[in-house]
Amino acid sequence: MSENGPAPLLTAKNLTVSFTTPRNEVVAAVRGIDLALGAGECLALVGESGSGKSATARAVLGLTGSRATVDAEELTFAGEQLLGLAERDWRRLRGARIGFVLQDALTSLDPLRRVGDEVAEPLVVHELGSRRDRDERVISLLQGVGIPDPRVRARQYPHELSGGLRQRALIASAIAASPSLVIADEPTTALDATVQRQVLDLLSDMRDAGTAILLISHDLSVVARLADRIAVMAAGLIVEQGTPDDILLRPAHPYTRELLAAVPTFGAPGRIFRAAADVDTSPRDSPTRLAAPSRADPSGPGRSHPIGRTILELDAVSKRFRSPDGTWRQAVDGVTFGLHAGEALGIVGESGSGKSTTAQIAMAMLAPDHGEVRLDGAAWSGLRERERQSERHRIQLISQDPLSAFDPRFTVERIIAEALGRPGRRGAIKARAEVTALLRRVGLDDDVLHRRGRELSGGQRQRVAIARAIAPRPEVLVCDEPVSALDVSVQARILALLAQLRHELGVALLLISHDLGVIHEVCDRVLVMKDGTIVEHGTVTEVLTAPRHPYTHSLLDSIASDRSPSPASANTDQHDPALTYPGGNQR
Amino acid sequence: MNERTLSPQARWWIRRGLLGIVVVWGAATVTFIGMQLLPGDKATLIAGGGSLGGATPEVLAAITREYGLDRPLIAQYGDFLARLIHGDLGTSYQRGAPVAELIWSQLGSTVVLALGAAVLGFVLAVVLATSTAARPRGRAVTSTVELVLLSTPSAWVGILALTVFSFELRIFPAIGNDGIASLVLPWVTLALPIAAALAQVMRDGLERALEQPFATTVLSRGATHGRLRWRHLARHSLIPVLTLSGWSLAELLGGVVIVETVFARAGIGQLLVTAVTSRDFPVVAGVVILSAVVFVVVNVIVDALYRVVDPRLRETTP
Repeated sequence: MSENGPAPLLTAKNLTVSFTTPRNEVVAAVRGIDLALGAGECLALVGESGSGKSATARAVLGLTGSRATVDAEELTFAGEQLLGLAERDWRRLRGARIGFVLQDALTSLDPLRRVGDEVAEPLVVHELGSRRDRDERVISLLQGVGIPDPRVRARQYPHELSGGLRQRALIASAIAASPSLVIADEPTTALDATVQRQVLDLLSDMRDAGTAILLISHDLSVVARLADRIAVMAAGLIVEQGTPDDILLRPAHPYTRELLAAVPTFGAPGRIFRAAADVDTSPRDSPTRLAAPSRADPSGPGRSHPIGRTILELDAVSKRFRSPDGTWRQAVDGVTFGLHAGEALGIVGESGSGKSTTAQIAMAMLAPDHGEVRLDGAAWSGLRERERQSERHRIQLISQDPLSAFDPRFTVERIIAEALGRPGRRGAIKARAEVTALLRRVGLDDDVLHRRGRELSGGQRQRVAIARAIAPRPEVLVCDEPVSALDVSVQARILALLAQLRHELGVALLLISHDLGVIHEVCDRVLVMKDGTIVEHGTVTEVLTAPRHPYTHSLLDSIASDRSPSPASANTDQHDPALTYPGGNQR
Repeated sequence: MNERTLSPQARWWIRRGLLGIVVVWGAATVTFIGMQLLPGDKATLIAGGGSLGGATPEVLAAITREYGLDRPLIAQYGDFLARLIHGDLGTSYQRGAPVAELIWSQLGSTVVLALGAAVLGFVLAVVLATSTAARPRGRAVTSTVELVLLSTPSAWVGILALTVFSFELRIFPAIGNDGIASLVLPWVTLALPIAAALAQVMRDGLERALEQPFATTVLSRGATHGRLRWRHLARHSLIPVLTLSGWSLAELLGGVVIVETVFARAGIGQLLVTAVTSRDFPVVAGVVILSAVVFVVVNVIVDALYRVVDPRLRETTP
């Protein structure tokens, strides 16, 4: 690209990073890439997990670990050679001149230390300022990243802060010693759309103030807001590099197109659903009432007509929890809705809106304080667990993090065989044929049969979780943030799978997500939740095109601005065809 | 009503206190039942034991009346509990002195021994774990040594220590209660198995914490590995140590008996051994109840410490 200014801050030429596995195999994570980043510039590295982007970031910090070998023709930061730097000299750079922001600040901040101490650590380590200066600096840093009540927050622990505040605190810590380069590795992946936007704005302000930013993400829509240049990485190589306009509107490489195609959007109604099954457009257009007349139509049980009787019904359900300070917090407040057999209903809201509690109550994992849940017209929340046991198979859960929902010692075969009612190793062998059939159904081969949860990729894990959930032939699948931990391209495939299963099995989906784009891919109707209540409901099209509640507006706004390229470039009259209708079919 | 007016902390303390009382009561009851189940006539024991056999029926009758041994068991149990509540542990059969006084006179030296050993064991464990976690070579050596120590009876360790340092090298006195020098070998003997076990769980805790993303964050701030280990990870490794504290306490109490015997030190352990061999049940009962109280108190302290070490636990009131 055009580097006509002063010498770049960070230069890498033919950078390679390879790891030696415990079995002495050498795996190349980065296979010869060139990077140049100037002061006040933002370069984004985009790619899926395993593409080598995080290894690149760690190579610049000398934090690749003892099993890694880093090599390059040139790797310099502010004129200083980084290759073969002694640990002492690395420490001089880290924190002071290069700041590092990891994703998921809950685990990236020391959970046992106060936020203020964490933010101050670079100052302590590099002996900047006196103790009192540092305290003042921490407060102003927290203020600078937009944390309200910085004095209170500095004395709190990371778990007492929301995800957005935590991420900001982590950024405050990375910039505490005013580094000239900040590396941000998936800084917004775990955040809600509105919070994501605020964090990106913060990074954008930093860049405008002259800090160079190396932004790493799997999500092109995140990067588009911030980056001056985007480098797309795949399998350890940079396959394409250019301005956001080049990459987003004129992607040259097929992999870039695939990445773009995978971004969930709401410009193309029912894209995936149609791709999976060319049926059922009527319910999408006919406004469905919130609680439909129950069991009015017994002739259509699921399979023949996708939408039928009300299978799951929540009636004025409320739930409150006690906070640490002894006060009560109303998590769910008078929520009423019905889910029809074979229907896909979305619940959208930010974290803390009560949507996950609603899911737990629907699953009868939590008892509501008030109100009732009915399954297929019969009592559900009111039953005793012993009575419920025999009915549990009818409603199954898919969670955000399937890894922690698997017994780590179980192989995939055992996990699924157990759900088929054949526990133990022997059961697994007897159920082999059924297990294989289920795996095929969710798009997995036999070679995963004997692997354990840890040995699977994120997408594979979620597929196994889905296979396990559909094993007992449920009528309802409750999916709580089923794709938010996944790369965008994998997200699209998992959502397509859910839509396809719904069509093939006639199973009703209750899909919970903070992402309207995700809901839109799969659902017919959507409920918008805020502070424990449903503030808006309607068909997905209605809610997206004509939102009534101001909260829905703000949700839509935050997504809309994230999901479009920089305003200067947008051919506004065309409404970004490249974003919504990617060139050709993607799978 | 209480649910609303009391803070969660207050409710937690009250619940723990009540639970502790139940545990001590249970220990007292089991001790009382044990005393009833033991063979032999108590009056004879009190009079000087069957071996002497000198007591006349009149003397025995007098003793029976004085100690209330002729009253129904339930009344004796009631008396026993009532006296316990007032801190009266009864009178020693053998020495005729109040049990509480006997225990009190021996408590000091045992507390010094046990506390010193606990501190030494903990410090040794911290040093071993922090310096060898995630360092393959050091880890291999120390964890082998730890396993050997864990599987060696402490009596044997004590005898070895005596042989080497007292009889051969003559650095420390072999027996007795005088001064620090006489405490060194007992301390070490008592501390080694505890240090070995704690070091193992601490190292595990450290290595688990080391794998978490925040360890990378700390290094990315320019911190040294030493700072990472001591300022961040060490605290994480305290959580499994607290979990093992109940075990450590049992190890200490059991160890005290052995070490005091091997090194011929006066203390609760010796008192207990003498009482058991001479069937001085009130003294045995007194020591058992004292141990129960110590267990309860230490466990409450440990539970409170969990919340100090890990702020995340302060949220969830058990």
